[in-house]
Amino acid sequence: MTQGLDWIARSGARAKGGRPAFFDEMAVDRLYSLALSLTAELAATRERLDTVERLLEAQGSISRDAIENFMPDSEAGEERGIAMRAYIARVMRGFQQEVEAMENPDPPVTDWVERLSRG
Amino acid sequence: MNDTLPPPYTALQRHPMMPEACHDEAARFNFLTLFNRYLAGDIGRGNRIAYETRVLPAFRDIHRRDPETREEIRLAMNQDPFHRVWSALKRNSMEMRQQNGRQIVLRQIDELDARARAFNETSGLLELDPSIEQPVYAACVDIHCQPGGYHGGERPYDVTVGANYDVGLFATTGGALGSLNDGGGQAVVAWVKANRPNWHPERILDVGCTVGHNAVPFAQHFPDAEVIAIDTAAASLRYGAARAAGLGAKNIRFVQASGEDLSRFPDDHFDWVQTTMFLHELSAESMPRILAECRRVLKPGGLLLHVEQPQYGPDMPLYEQFIRDWDAYNNNEPFWSAMHGIDLKAIMEEAGFPIDHQFVTGVRAVPDKSLFPASPDGEEEDYGRAAIWNAYGAWKPQTASRVAAKEVSA
Repeated sequence: MTQGLDWIARSGARAKGGRPAFFDEMAVDRLYSLALSLTAELAATRERLDTVERLLEAQGSISRDAIENFMPDSEAGEERGIAMRAYIARVMRGFQQEVEAMENPDPPVTDWVERLSRG
Repeated sequence: MNDTLPPPYTALQRHPMMPEACHDEAARFNFLTLFNRYLAGDIGRGNRIAYETRVLPAFRDIHRRDPETREEIRLAMNQDPFHRVWSALKRNSMEMRQQNGRQIVLRQIDELDARARAFNETSGLLELDPSIEQPVYAACVDIHCQPGGYHGGERPYDVTVGANYDVGLFATTGGALGSLNDGGGQAVVAWVKANRPNWHPERILDVGCTVGHNAVPFAQHFPDAEVIAIDTAAASLRYGAARAAGLGAKNIRFVQASGEDLSRFPDDHFDWVQTTMFLHELSAESMPRILAECRRVLKPGGLLLHVEQPQYGPDMPLYEQFIRDWDAYNNNEPFWSAMHGIDLKAIMEEAGFPIDHQFVTGVRAVPDKSLFPASPDGEEEDYGRAAIWNAYGAWKPQTASRVAAKEVSA
């Protein structure tokens, strides 16, 4: 482990160069940073859980060393890749459906409420 | 392997300098690799839909005409709620890749520095020149949001930035560059072998090599050649030379030098001068100087080859120019837009490569087919990072042009 350097603090160093603001309210930019980082952390945790399950299934016991050094074979790698894609699709559903709505827009549902209410 | 899935991070080929990723560090890269693909493909198309269905119609209502420049599209799209959200996600993904990579590297930087030192003290592959200064275009911002750029460091003589560049390039590119991130170099070798069979270049110069990931394949595939890889950034060269030594390369040297001043090399010295994804990291002022130097050090009949993302040109729709420009404004690539907008053929001609000696061709990374699917293209392409490039090449004329001859005789 690194000596004489606060590796955790330095890992988060900011890249030189003004950061573009994507939203009018700075807090929204911060929330996107927060939400995406949490999404990634949960992804890593889910992958770790998959590793634990596979190790237990294969050998009935686990050790931290075995987890850290686990390398899925190509079949397990593919299963985990598909699971990750499905996870991303669930997290990103709102954005994906927004794209589909832009592509094939519907009238507001209030239009139908009004229309169907007419005698 | 599923034909659309990149391999897991742990399946990548390793070399002795590659930092060790623990379980969750590898898992974070697995997430980012697939997330970047999702952003580029699954919802990336939303940018075009937003443009066509609401941004362009609104622009026409206001201006009574279509946009005339990519800049007009950029300013209009920056007000669009979907493009804002997509850009925020993409920028964050880039920043997370950097922090994840730096955590891996910095928690073991003592070991990495010691390993690099051991390689570099014995291999003879590294030649640093402390008098070389970082040009403004390399130091004004941290290019592609990598803290420290290619040249910075956490302490003197460390390999932080080179190691971080290498450890996370797989995630940045959505797994498109192959096991050793060397898909660019491998693609160029494949092109040269197919188009100039039985060519045995004696000396090859790679300008702007960073960690040498694209130059090492030249050394491996042309074992009789002497490969010189130059960069202004010692921090990247220290890592690159150690990485190359770890991969067993012997016929390559990493030399700290600027492409603007190749005076350490005589005229007509190299058979082949290569740049890979380098020109867009320069400036309008320096690029012609570098091209002229490349020409000077090339032997008559020698090959100059630049691998880049496609130039925009008048035939490329303005929307595509705009979306390809995203990195210029959002990922710290300040010369990207201007470089891709210029007439590169004219600039090459001014540097002494006549038009009829120039060519443009496509090269595409086909890395390690057992592990990797082909890089996505079309609507799925991650503009700016896709492993589908144009190569802008030229053969140096066998005889000096009349203009040059006149200058000599004057």
